[in-house]
Amino acid sequence: MSKSHSFRDIAVVSVASYQTKTLSEVNEVQLMADLISKCRNSAGVTQEEIGFTCSGSSDFLAGQAFSFVHTLDSVGAFPPISESHVEMDGAFALYEAWVKLQIGEVDTALVYSYGKPSAGSIIDVLATQLDPYYVSPLWPDCFSLAALQARLLLDKGLITLEKMAEISMRSQKNGFDNPNAVRSSKDVSFENLMNEPAIVDPLRASDVSEIADGGCAIILAAEDKAKSFCERPAWIKGIDHRVDSHTLGVRDLTRAPSAFLAAEKAGINTDRLDLAEIHAMTSTQEFILEKEFGLNEKTLVNLSGGCLASDTTMASGLIRISEVARRIISGQVDRGLAHATSGTCLQQNLVCILEGE
Amino acid sequence: MSEFEEPLKAELTVEYPFTRTTGKVIGAFMTGLREKRLFGIKRSDGSILVPPLEYDPVSSEPLTEMVEVSQSGVVETWTWVDPPRPQSPWDTPHALALIRLDGSDTSMLHAVIADSFSEMRTGMRVIAQWKEERIGHIADLEGFIPETKEVDS
Repeated sequence: MSKSHSFRDIAVVSVASYQTKTLSEVNEVQLMADLISKCRNSAGVTQEEIGFTCSGSSDFLAGQAFSFVHTLDSVGAFPPISESHVEMDGAFALYEAWVKLQIGEVDTALVYSYGKPSAGSIIDVLATQLDPYYVSPLWPDCFSLAALQARLLLDKGLITLEKMAEISMRSQKNGFDNPNAVRSSKDVSFENLMNEPAIVDPLRASDVSEIADGGCAIILAAEDKAKSFCERPAWIKGIDHRVDSHTLGVRDLTRAPSAFLAAEKAGINTDRLDLAEIHAMTSTQEFILEKEFGLNEKTLVNLSGGCLASDTTMASGLIRISEVARRIISGQVDRGLAHATSGTCLQQNLVCILEGE
Repeated sequence: MSEFEEPLKAELTVEYPFTRTTGKVIGAFMTGLREKRLFGIKRSDGSILVPPLEYDPVSSEPLTEMVEVSQSGVVETWTWVDPPRPQSPWDTPHALALIRLDGSDTSMLHAVIADSFSEMRTGMRVIAQWKEERIGHIADLEGFIPETKEVDS
């Protein structure tokens, strides 16, 4: 993003999200119809005015091929719309929409994503994304793989169980003010967290994400359009995503080089960063990312509580962008970082820098 | 009811009705498993990747030179899986570990078959344990057992 002058100015102008432990008697279409309407209404746009629609969801999670086609009912796909989908977190759908807006043929985009992990066994679904010859047939669950990473950090003295408990405590306290937080507590005690038994050694229940159903919708707009929809748009100052090796034993699991690189390319500048929303499945992954981003005490981390408070597969990354954007739009913060991850043990990472004027 | 015909019905089995060839590199590794042998592949800097990949994960260069590695190695990191995952090859609690085999510069994911959690530690030496019947599959390797156990028996 070094030649930022050659890019169009694109901003998040409207967001809506919802997370809960289990969505009962509500399917994905009903959930998203509500969120997409809220999002369009608050920007004051109709679907006819939206130039491009892009979604992120998982057929593996839904147990059905082309499951995203059903969810288009919640958008309203007639008259015909220009539309795309990624089998990834919605943050990556937002990246596609950002590229589409950069091309310059359209000025507005709707991005949404959703997941209903309560319908099945998410840890088994995630095992299917692994190497199909060497790893997937062993059915390692995502928390066990994160535990391998956590033990490496502990054995190398890069983190302590106390530091992990501090991260969990921060999440639970921050989550208290977030209506979408499934796990939160105003008066969680450090001692209680330290005394919790490990569930996937060395990770305790409070160290791993709280799996939740939910979804998120965001409207992007370019230049003057953005200003007409929103008093204080959250401008995307930089966005980049990078990938590390798919092979676990090849990577140094105590690091996330692709996160570092994405942050650098997106123009992170930690001296002017009020807020960072980090997409991480465990306290230890949150720690790795804070280090890769080089965050200092000026930056508040995961004011929403992050994924330890509520983790919706396929939407958690987009929700990070929505959490930063809504705080910029409301004037609470000026500049923030939103991060999304994909793959196992922080294999792929996206960083989006947002700023209000 | 009689005025309506019975609705049409069709059996639907969710399946993946394709076969894939594993290719020269992964195929060679799988064939090795059938013969109770473990292979890696040499990278341009001379280091050895186990399990082998067709392309270098960093430089993307194609890799071709298979190298046999030791059946023993070191546990780099581990966790305890209890209860075992229902679809996994194991029906008793076990460790899941990254194991660096002697002669390899990377580590591979597999199980360590230990009696209990307390038997596990980072840096312990383990040795491959094979299934009687092998079909060229990653689970031909039953897992790794602590080396001390083999000496005992």
